[in-house]
Amino acid sequence: MDIVTFLIQLLNAVQYGLLLFLVAGGLTLIFGIMGVINLAHGSFYMIGAYLAWSLSEQLGSLWLAIVAGVALSVALGLLLEWLFFRHLYRRDHLYQVLLTYGLILIFEELRSILWGDDVHGVRVPEVLSGSIPLTDTLSYPVYRLWISAVCVGLAALLYFVIQRTRLGMMIRAGASNREMVQALGIDIGLLHRVVFALGVALAALAGMLAAPVSSVFPGMGNQVLIVCFVVVVIGGIGSIKGALLAALLIGLVDTFGKVVELEIAGFGVLPELAGMSVYLMMAAVLLWRPEGIFGRRLA
Amino acid sequence: MHDPETTPHRSRRRFVAAASALAGCSLVPRLGRAQPAKIRLGLMLPYTGTYAQLGLAIDNGLRLALEGNGGRLAGRDVELRRVDDESDPAKATDNANRLITRDKVDVLIGSVHSGVALGMLKVARETGTLMLIPNAGADAATGALCSRNVFRTSFSNWQPVHPLGKVLAERGHKSAVFITWKYAAGEESLGSFREGYAKVGGRVVKELFVPFPNVEFQALLTEIAAVRPDAVACFFAGGGAVKFVRDYAAAGLKDKIPLYGSGFLTEGVLAAQGPAAEGLLTTLHYADSLDNPRNKAFRAAYARAFKMQADVYAVQGYDTGLLLAQALARVKGDLDDRDGMIGAMESAVIDSPRGRWTMSRAHNPIQDIYLRRVENGDNKVIGVAWKALEDPARGCRMG
Repeated sequence: MDIVTFLIQLLNAVQYGLLLFLVAGGLTLIFGIMGVINLAHGSFYMIGAYLAWSLSEQLGSLWLAIVAGVALSVALGLLLEWLFFRHLYRRDHLYQVLLTYGLILIFEELRSILWGDDVHGVRVPEVLSGSIPLTDTLSYPVYRLWISAVCVGLAALLYFVIQRTRLGMMIRAGASNREMVQALGIDIGLLHRVVFALGVALAALAGMLAAPVSSVFPGMGNQVLIVCFVVVVIGGIGSIKGALLAALLIGLVDTFGKVVELEIAGFGVLPELAGMSVYLMMAAVLLWRPEGIFGRRLA
Repeated sequence: MHDPETTPHRSRRRFVAAASALAGCSLVPRLGRAQPAKIRLGLMLPYTGTYAQLGLAIDNGLRLALEGNGGRLAGRDVELRRVDDESDPAKATDNANRLITRDKVDVLIGSVHSGVALGMLKVARETGTLMLIPNAGADAATGALCSRNVFRTSFSNWQPVHPLGKVLAERGHKSAVFITWKYAAGEESLGSFREGYAKVGGRVVKELFVPFPNVEFQALLTEIAAVRPDAVACFFAGGGAVKFVRDYAAAGLKDKIPLYGSGFLTEGVLAAQGPAAEGLLTTLHYADSLDNPRNKAFRAAYARAFKMQADVYAVQGYDTGLLLAQALARVKGDLDDRDGMIGAMESAVIDSPRGRWTMSRAHNPIQDIYLRRVENGDNKVIGVAWKALEDPARGCRMG
């Protein structure tokens, strides 16, 4: 593999990793701050993708679809928090897994009723279609560069809000000592509502951004959820920094696993291993640091 | 849940049945026995998912053939039992068993996905049920797993791709990359292409796979651009074919490395692919523009009945109906005469929109493979890539 190809594959890997981070970031945020294991997180990704498709068909523009879709998913997040999730904060993880698994089934069924079971493509907006030639044969699609830029921007924004703002300070404080924050007169319920809606919006937005490059199809949420759990486990549960690093790592392993051929004793092995490579990496990381790369050491 | 039995045609059929029953009562009482029971056809097809359009086209084609017969086969009414197989091999045996034991179908028809068809085949072999395959190309179905009671009206995966190597060589392409989904149909297409291409001195420099039914091709397209083969050959169909052709053009490869494929790449999806598909060369046992009266009549009738253009899947569904009609007519509607049925199907000559074809000893069509080019959103025939191609049917030993 020459250097230009390598760099472009690197771009592919980073783009996939960043998108993954957007989904996994919300998952780890909700777990780290509110202590809720949300199996339905992948469903929000799927809902986002379906919203992007059906709204852009209705409104005729992916941009409008994204704006309306984010608003809808924030509303959905707030509603679900009020209906279900606020009852889960102090409960055992088993309750959380049961309830959120139930939500997966409900969302799949609703998706089937509302939108059917077909595969749909979403058109890339005119300004972002086409590709930039990098060498005489290699070029890179503009839309993918744009997604990467948006994801970097969002990651930076997320970091800034959590580390540098008053809201972020309250969120961090609420995560470590709920009672103390309440005693200081901060409405912890409101805080949780905000964080949850933010997580849902991030997952849905990731689905909307991914729709034109990955198509929109039934079961896409569960596919992404499994990889997201790998991201959260590798990065350390609750760590945004860890999620970013782990998502990028998975992007690399997945992309290069697909294209690099390795021969051992005359047998081409790597393409066959590509499907497993992500899990092999998780196993390796966990052997080295059972709590994840940026996880808090378990006592 | 999706209810496979609520189709608009059902109520119409009921109405027709009720009307004819009324009419029957007013006539003089017939002599002899009561009306023979209906012939039940069990359809296992994908009505949802990446292959949904394909399933619908086969269903339409079959119904068109039946309606050409007045909705009857050898004087008996026909009832269709439909199951959405979701292109999920894991559900194939259960669905097939349900059709045979609960719905008591006389003939099992399906499917599009090779994995599903192999699951059905297992049940058909165990129960001895007559089975017709209207699409799935799994080589084994008419190869190592061939069976007296199983017939294919479509193609084996080996067939449409085999002539592709010759086509590439004739155009001076000495090396090629092959890309496909990693499942039976993809791997068998690759095997057949490799074999046909090697015979004419071509070399497959790289084989690339995507898990079925994923459509994220970016990393592999980058790899193709880096390897710089003379040509790219591929096997994709349905929704995945739309995405691949569009991504191939979007990656800027279309004008640099010519893309070839088995004809499924452009079958039934040209409108969705748009300009990205213009100029693609593919090989298949059918083309919309085939110049024979049978095809013209078929296409006109199909367009009138379903308000859409026919494609190869519709033809395969149609031929399935023609084969059934021919065989049942030969045994005078007596499905209990199994040897007669099987013999009739084995010796059938189908006057199809794709051209006349016959059954091979392994129960697979012996048919012409055409070379087509996409021109103005149409699959134009530009020649016959291989005349009367018969599948080698490796490993088939019929009892």
